[in-house]
Amino acid sequence: MSKLKLFLPVIIFFVLAIFMWRGLYQDSRTLPSVLIDRPLPEFQLRSLELGDQLLSTADLPDEPFILNIWGSYCLPCLQENPIFMAAKDQQIIPIIGLNYKDRDESARNWLEINGNPFELNIIDDSGRYGIDLGVYGAPETFLVDANGVIRFKHIGVINYQIWEDEIMPAIAAVRAGGDS
Amino acid sequence: MKLLERMLGLSLVCVLLYLAFPVNSHAQVDVYDFETVEQEQRFRQLSNEFRCPMCQNANLSSSPGGVAADLRREIYRMIIEGQTDTQIEEFMLSRYGDFVLYRPRLTTQTILLWFGPLLFLLAGIWIGWNVIRNSASRKSSTRNADGSFTVANNSQAVADVVISAEERKRLNRLLAENDLPTNANDMTGR
Repeated sequence: MSKLKLFLPVIIFFVLAIFMWRGLYQDSRTLPSVLIDRPLPEFQLRSLELGDQLLSTADLPDEPFILNIWGSYCLPCLQENPIFMAAKDQQIIPIIGLNYKDRDESARNWLEINGNPFELNIIDDSGRYGIDLGVYGAPETFLVDANGVIRFKHIGVINYQIWEDEIMPAIAAVRAGGDS
Repeated sequence: MKLLERMLGLSLVCVLLYLAFPVNSHAQVDVYDFETVEQEQRFRQLSNEFRCPMCQNANLSSSPGGVAADLRREIYRMIIEGQTDTQIEEFMLSRYGDFVLYRPRLTTQTILLWFGPLLFLLAGIWIGWNVIRNSASRKSSTRNADGSFTVANNSQAVADVVISAEERKRLNRLLAENDLPTNANDMTGR
């Protein structure tokens, strides 16, 4: 008993050290989204494709889809564009763009130059809808299921590794969940 | 000496500069019209209290980030619409989570955060108390009828140490060898 007491400071030290060590390598920049498992917030927004016609959540796909927050000013978005282009070519999953705090013209130019992987580009020029989504900067990527519920979120650029290791399994999980 | 004077002067200038331009002077300038002074004060207070989700170590009022400006605009809109501080806080929480609060809410997840320091303080007091009590009881030892000593040990798990008369002699001899000006009798504490 008293032997244990003797080692107590050492034990406390190691417990604290492990927690702090882990804390050093924790990514504090990406916040957990509070919107996971919540329905996609309602919106009334224009799109790049359909002129002044206002779109809502009803205009989004009835199947699972990716909602990618992007802007022509956003360099990481340029980086992940080829991945979305490939996903479009292979018809993996529909991808909807949310053109976040951008100008229509710049956005159209960007898509023309770099390729357009998006089925539809909803325009959130004021950034107001981004707030409802808890977005704090492009790029951010949501995975929405067939019922319009947000199931997954990735903050920051998506590279091939993240696509394979995180996004594809998430898509598979959402599809499996939708069948049952 | 010249150098010391210069350094003192320089640090004085630094302190004065710091006082002249307090941290708040980094606040972003928004042009918003408020109907009352109270509304403006609430706006300032709220944008000071929420943390910017993008620049993370800045509050909304000092962050130059795009989303911070958007969130300030939303706070302004809600104040003008007559929403309460609680409603505004709910708005922020339902979108950005507990992260936006500099003062975390008291939930089961944050209990350790709130009361951890108190826990450590109590543990410290308990440890200190035990150390003091131990050192106090170590001084007390009793002389047995046969002339041996019983040195009381605070820890009940360890048996009391009994020194026989023979051991006392040996101890005295050892102490004498080391030329220490004391003998085993002093261990009575008398």
